[in-house]
Amino acid sequence: MRAILLVAGAVFRESVRDRVPYSLVAFAVILMAASYLISQLTAGQDLKIIKDLGLASMSIFGLLIAVFIGIGLVAKEVERRSIFALLVKPMSRDQFLIGKYLGLVLTLIANLGAMTVAYYLVLGYTELTTHVSIKAGWPAPAVDPRLLLAIGMILAELMVVTAVALFFSTFSSPLLATLLTLGLWTAGHFNADLRNFGAVVESEVAAGIALGLYYLLPNLAPFDIKAEVVHGVPVAWSHLGLTLAYAAVYIAALLTTAVLVFRRRDFK
Amino acid sequence: MAAIETEALTKDFPIGFWRPRPYRALESLTLSVGEGEVFGFLGPNGAGKSTTLKLLMQLLYPTSGTARILGRPVGDVSVKRRLGFLPEHPYFYDYLTSEELLTYFASLFGYHGEDRRRRVAAVLDEVGLGAERRLKLRQCSKGMVQRVGLAQAILNEPEVIFLDEPMSGLDPLGRRDVRQLMLRLRARGCTVFFSSHILADAEALCSQVAILAQGRLRAQGRLSELLAFELKGWELVVSDLAADRRAALESRGVRITHIDHDRCTLELPATPGPEALVHELAGGGARVVSLMPVRDTLEDLFVREVAAGGRRDTEGL
Repeated sequence: MRAILLVAGAVFRESVRDRVPYSLVAFAVILMAASYLISQLTAGQDLKIIKDLGLASMSIFGLLIAVFIGIGLVAKEVERRSIFALLVKPMSRDQFLIGKYLGLVLTLIANLGAMTVAYYLVLGYTELTTHVSIKAGWPAPAVDPRLLLAIGMILAELMVVTAVALFFSTFSSPLLATLLTLGLWTAGHFNADLRNFGAVVESEVAAGIALGLYYLLPNLAPFDIKAEVVHGVPVAWSHLGLTLAYAAVYIAALLTTAVLVFRRRDFK
Repeated sequence: MAAIETEALTKDFPIGFWRPRPYRALESLTLSVGEGEVFGFLGPNGAGKSTTLKLLMQLLYPTSGTARILGRPVGDVSVKRRLGFLPEHPYFYDYLTSEELLTYFASLFGYHGEDRRRRVAAVLDEVGLGAERRLKLRQCSKGMVQRVGLAQAILNEPEVIFLDEPMSGLDPLGRRDVRQLMLRLRARGCTVFFSSHILADAEALCSQVAILAQGRLRAQGRLSELLAFELKGWELVVSDLAADRRAALESRGVRITHIDHDRCTLELPATPGPEALVHELAGGGARVVSLMPVRDTLEDLFVREVAAGGRRDTEGL
């Protein structure tokens, strides 16, 4: 366990010093601030726009951080050969890989945390500068703690995406791993269509393949509860619980497969 | 007990995407390195030296054969605690300093608190990086990164250290430092296994060498056994050699090479000794600049063994 935590700590230290996540977080914060200005141009929808844009920024920039740093965790280490000196230290390859994953999750939490603080500052400013009569028409308060649920689900989704990125980076090049991860993220948001594919095609084989893919590919749509939270619609705790359990199982399966692939890999 | 043993160690790499064919990078390598030896693993580029080192570090898995270090199979975590490894052209994390990197690695070896701080400071000083310890690694020169690589390899006071081309990227001063470091390691009883194609380093440091060419072991043993240290001849450098004297020497079969306007090298056979000729030349007004015995060198052996391996040609394709 100690080796895992040491690797995770080193990943976190290296990642927070990298300029790429900083610039992505900065860009997300600028976009959140800009959402306040954009909201001034629209009548009655200002708070919704700020909330929507803020959560979308976190989701997209979080994805970019997860993919680009996640791929760098292993694929770039192999490509640059920095992995050679590390793997001969007294730890197993399994510990190395799990440590890398935990390190990136820590980095994601830190980056999402920074974005969340900026997000609530913009929302707090909106709350303070808005007239009481307008506030009365809001479906939910500006500084709504329920937004944390949506942010938590964004984090859970990004943890799945990170596991996907780590899995691909154990056996492919950085570019290919990036493309495969982004492709799987896109497919993951339209996964429900695969389940219903059988109803629109006659071929049982095609329907079977689609159903197989439905279970194999990550199902990311349930993680998106942004619209419900922004509009003040209740989200069932059972939905949250089941989605988080799904994330845990999917991440465990991916990391196990990644470990098995990585154990036997040759580093030329 | 042998510190390092390999038995018929073989590694094939698949070549080609659609129909991969095996390429044999290392063929049936059987080696034994005693404890406390400085072992030079020599060979031209592409001979299989780095492949062997990676197999010993379990960065590669063998196609067949076995390898043991300190009596245990390679990859055993308990053995990893007693090893050091410097990869060829090492690369580390851009945004960490050498001090942070070594602190991280020291923690993996189980160092804590003040012990760890002292050990990191000691190895940084040992490789001459004490003043640059807070420089980010991406700001370091190639030679400095090589020194960081050496520092992490000796961090745990290893019993066996593997160095893949340790002199690579170092200036003459750096190379001298590495040579001295290797001698200090040997004095501490550490087994040093290093790959190189720089023969002068091997000749100056090694008690044993192995020569690898095209994945096959060509020669292995103590330098004194591999090299016939008997006298092969003499190399005499003289100046102010008169033209008639020069012509007379050439007519006696002495090979003369011109160095500059008044100096030349005379290649003399082992017998008879050079004393009579030195007298004769001095009497004729020439001045003796230097007289060197010529013996078999590691380079001679290396060239002979590598050449014996021939080349891998296209076989008419």
